[in-house]
Amino acid sequence: MLLEAKNVRKLFGTTVVLDDLSLDVDEHQVVALIGASGSGKSTLLRCVNLLEQIDDGVITLDGEDITDPRADPDRVRQRIGMVFQSFNLFPHMTVLENITLAPVRVHKRALPEAKAQAMEWLTRVGLADKAGSYPDRLSGGQQQRAAIVRALVNSPRLLLLDEVTSALDPELVGEVLTMIRDLKGDGMTMVLATHEMGFARQVADQVVFLDGGRVLEAGPPAQVLGDPVQARTRQFLARIIEAGRL
Amino acid sequence: MTISDIQRGRIAYRRGKAIRSVLLAAGSTAVVGVLLVFAVTGSPGWDRVKGSFFSWKIAKQSLPAVLDGLWLNIRMLVVCALLALALGLVIAVLRTLRGPVFFPVRAMATLYTYAFRGVPLIIVIYLFAFGIPGLRLQGTPNVYVLGGAALVVTYGAYLAEVFRAGIESVHPSQLAAARSLGLTYRQTMRHVVLPQAVRRVAPPLLNDTVALQKDVGLVSLAGPIDAVRAAQIATAENFNYTPYIVAAVLFVLLALPLIAVTDWATLRAARRQNAGS
Repeated sequence: MLLEAKNVRKLFGTTVVLDDLSLDVDEHQVVALIGASGSGKSTLLRCVNLLEQIDDGVITLDGEDITDPRADPDRVRQRIGMVFQSFNLFPHMTVLENITLAPVRVHKRALPEAKAQAMEWLTRVGLADKAGSYPDRLSGGQQQRAAIVRALVNSPRLLLLDEVTSALDPELVGEVLTMIRDLKGDGMTMVLATHEMGFARQVADQVVFLDGGRVLEAGPPAQVLGDPVQARTRQFLARIIEAGRL
Repeated sequence: MTISDIQRGRIAYRRGKAIRSVLLAAGSTAVVGVLLVFAVTGSPGWDRVKGSFFSWKIAKQSLPAVLDGLWLNIRMLVVCALLALALGLVIAVLRTLRGPVFFPVRAMATLYTYAFRGVPLIIVIYLFAFGIPGLRLQGTPNVYVLGGAALVVTYGAYLAEVFRAGIESVHPSQLAAARSLGLTYRQTMRHVVLPQAVRRVAPPLLNDTVALQKDVGLVSLAGPIDAVRAAQIATAENFNYTPYIVAAVLFVLLALPLIAVTDWATLRAARRQNAGS
């Protein structure tokens, strides 16, 4: 088990955002979190990356309790990559500088080596010609691919993807999804919060339906998306189909 | 590329309109200028004012002394501006530190910005230039250093607040992105937050530097002869106010490059924002 969340609870003030939530992710597995806005998908990812503190329960990574207050959050995050809905590239740095920042400053790699590795990745995802550009010169899809590369160059054990296509124009969604599909081919372990049901069905090994901060239903995509047991899941999927997203 | 007749017509129309605008602006400026000149030179006391404020002879006479004083302003400005910027940045960063260990540092930095933004600069100069030598300590620096220190301490407090505003304007998602890469808090500040913050507040920082340029002269209250003080001496010698005008013109000339840089930086910041970065 690479990642294990056990009975996790998270409160914002008195609002319960994650409620007794448990989740297992095996190595090389892709888990898709689905559910309505406010169901806790993003919060769960932020808790795993220790950007938020949980209020009860345990999260372990490679068997190590990362929610132990004595654990060094910086060292934990070095093993987890995260990609955000709005890319969050650093606007004052070129694409290449964005990507080499953590390898050089956190992982203490030599700059030429970090640059070479970054260029390798950029070439692979078709962004080699954008290495010297600033993020505001890139399309949303290009920015998101650069942001994914920025997370990948640190060779994370686990990649968290928080609605990475939600801020993209429809015609740019495909390029990002293709990249994620390729990463699955590489054996990358990923947890992704997504509204792209079709994509979740294709790429996920396990689909988890969150509702009100709880796991309401989890299983293989064909079952959860095709033949859900819970009425709440059926209702959610019906609305998605109505909106033309499945 | 060929241009259609419609587009050619548009271009011609726009050009005609542009020429008309320039002519109109020139005409109205001339009218306003002539009216102003008439209003001032036509006033009953103009001849006396002309003699006691705009005497070419006295201007030439007092110029060397005023320039001498201005040289002191320039040197103090450069040194004080750099030190005040450094102090302001340090204070602003100290105020963002978290954790109980840093409470006294944070509290002192906050107290400092509150106190020195409140105390009039003149009083700080008196306290530093006359109070500190009064302690009769060994190795008390000279009045230039003490006056400069008063300027640095006062302006450091203003600049610290400008820097802090810049730091707080950086969106939390940038911090989240940096921390998620494994960067420590310090690395995040150094490589992600501060570079963006400083760029954003460059216009107000430069603006405060222009203000400092004028306030540098206040150290003359403690003795040193700056441009304004030199002009005052020349004025007293001749019973003529022309040296003040000389000093004023020199100050404006000195400020022009800084103001131009400020405007340019503001414009660039606005453009970047409009570009949606």
